Amino acid sequence: MIAHSVFFYIFSLIAIISAVMVTVSKNTVHSVFFLILDFISISCLFIMIGAEFLGMIMLIVYVGAVAVLFLFVVMMLNVAEQKGQWFSSRWDGGTHIPIGLLVSLIIFFELIIVIGGWKYKPDLLNSLSINISNEITNTRSIGNVLYTDYILLFQISGMILLVAMIGAIVLTYRERAGVKRQSYVKQISRERDEGVDLVEAERNKGVKIDA
Amino acid sequence: MDSYFSILFTEVYKILFLLVPVLVSVAMIVWLDRRVWAFVQKRRGPNVVGPFGLFQSLADALKYIFKEIIIPASSNKLVFVLAPVVTMTLALISWAVIPFGEDFVLADINVGILYLFAVSSLGVYGIIMGGWASNSKYPFLGAIRSAAQMVSYEVSIGVIIINVLLCVGSLNLSDIVMAQQNLWFVIPLFPMFVIFFISALAETNRPPFDLPEAEAELVAGYQTEYSGMMYAMFWLGEYANILLMCAMGAVLFLGGWLSPIDIFPFNVIPGPFWLIFKILFLFILFALVKATVPRYRYDQLMKLGWKIFLPFSLFYVVLTSSFLLYFDLLPGK
Repeated sequence: MIAHSVFFYIFSLIAIISAVMVTVSKNTVHSVFFLILDFISISCLFIMIGAEFLGMIMLIVYVGAVAVLFLFVVMMLNVAEQKGQWFSSRWDGGTHIPIGLLVSLIIFFELIIVIGGWKYKPDLLNSLSINISNEITNTRSIGNVLYTDYILLFQISGMILLVAMIGAIVLTYRERAGVKRQSYVKQISRERDEGVDLVEAERNKGVKIDA
Repeated sequence: MDSYFSILFTEVYKILFLLVPVLVSVAMIVWLDRRVWAFVQKRRGPNVVGPFGLFQSLADALKYIFKEIIIPASSNKLVFVLAPVVTMTLALISWAVIPFGEDFVLADINVGILYLFAVSSLGVYGIIMGGWASNSKYPFLGAIRSAAQMVSYEVSIGVIIINVLLCVGSLNLSDIVMAQQNLWFVIPLFPMFVIFFISALAETNRPPFDLPEAEAELVAGYQTEYSGMMYAMFWLGEYANILLMCAMGAVLFLGGWLSPIDIFPFNVIPGPFWLIFKILFLFILFALVKATVPRYRYDQLMKLGWKIFLPFSLFYVVLTSSFLLYFDLLPGK
């Protein structure tokens, strides 16, 4: 049990420190790397409480895909060095700090409400209709709940994601003129008759191709 | 406390027993790769150091160890050093869940296949970190290419894995192998096996999908600034990943440690050997592909991943599940 709690404290310490470093570090790419470290330690915590499916999905989705795209964007935008202007004494007229404070204040109050609810209604966990047993793996139990009781919500959330994806594509798609596209079907189905054209060439005049 | 240390000791012993053969076989398959490649091109290949040139890789490794490690002055030093370490570590930790036989696996976890998938999707970070930290054009372009490529092909590998899982009803790798006792999944899911093989080529940056390190355009891609042992670590990590993909293919489709037919001369050969044979078979296919196929263009690569493989494997998921449902073959009820 001692080893278990030691590992718990190690992972949570890494998670908290890296979460702080995400906001504090001056290099944006470093921030993303710390975010990845944070995701990994959170998924380790998930695995430690026995939710191995959630932990692995966390790794696959957040670390394997979302954070890669983050990194992609940050590298492409080339905002490597912020040069400490966020915390510098020289006020550059930026408006990001009040907005950031507002957002974090709202999140803070939300967290207080959630945890407070937990305190005042201690049987909140017991009122869940799912009976958790150690007999079946948690992948199976999540599937049993997700695809029966909550199938509609599950499908709707999938639909929302799909709509968001299509919307992003439509917003950024630009039809460009003069782009040559390759069509495999056209290339393969080309016959000799249409590819080769025998022309009587007139003397001293040549042949006009692509008429 | 005493029992804690004894458990730790046995675990370390088991890990060493797994890692040392993996590292040695990585060195050996580099040699095999070059020999197969040479064989196709009617050359001899490395045949000087040791019998049949077997010790060529060891000689190369020795050379790398004694070379100077150059860290570019304008690079991000910490990330630059970390990148090959990340690649190598991720390539090695995924071997923990590969079952070499019944009860012959280091970590028999419930979500083995998800673990493999997660670790292979983390593999992209070694490359991105290396490319970005080098602070140079070629590595950066290579890293960007490789990130896009690996994320794209992961999607189709994930859908292929779903196909297999539908037939098994469990995420445990040993269960996946045991479900193939009567019929290897390569027979009912043959199109998926082909797509898995091609996606594995793309996922490990092997030719014809080696655009991240296309030497004609990008010198060596993300490895351009690396030298000495750090380059060797990238190289070892890459080959360990290739071996791992072969092992994944063998476990998912070729029946893992099971012998092809359960009759006398075959079933006396112990399971691990069968798995090794299958891995070698897949690896020789990898090497043959490298020797025969020209490199893809980048837009062709993306088109293949997103417009052909993904819809087709999604369609196959529907096909497999409806087949299993109709004939009442769904497992795990």
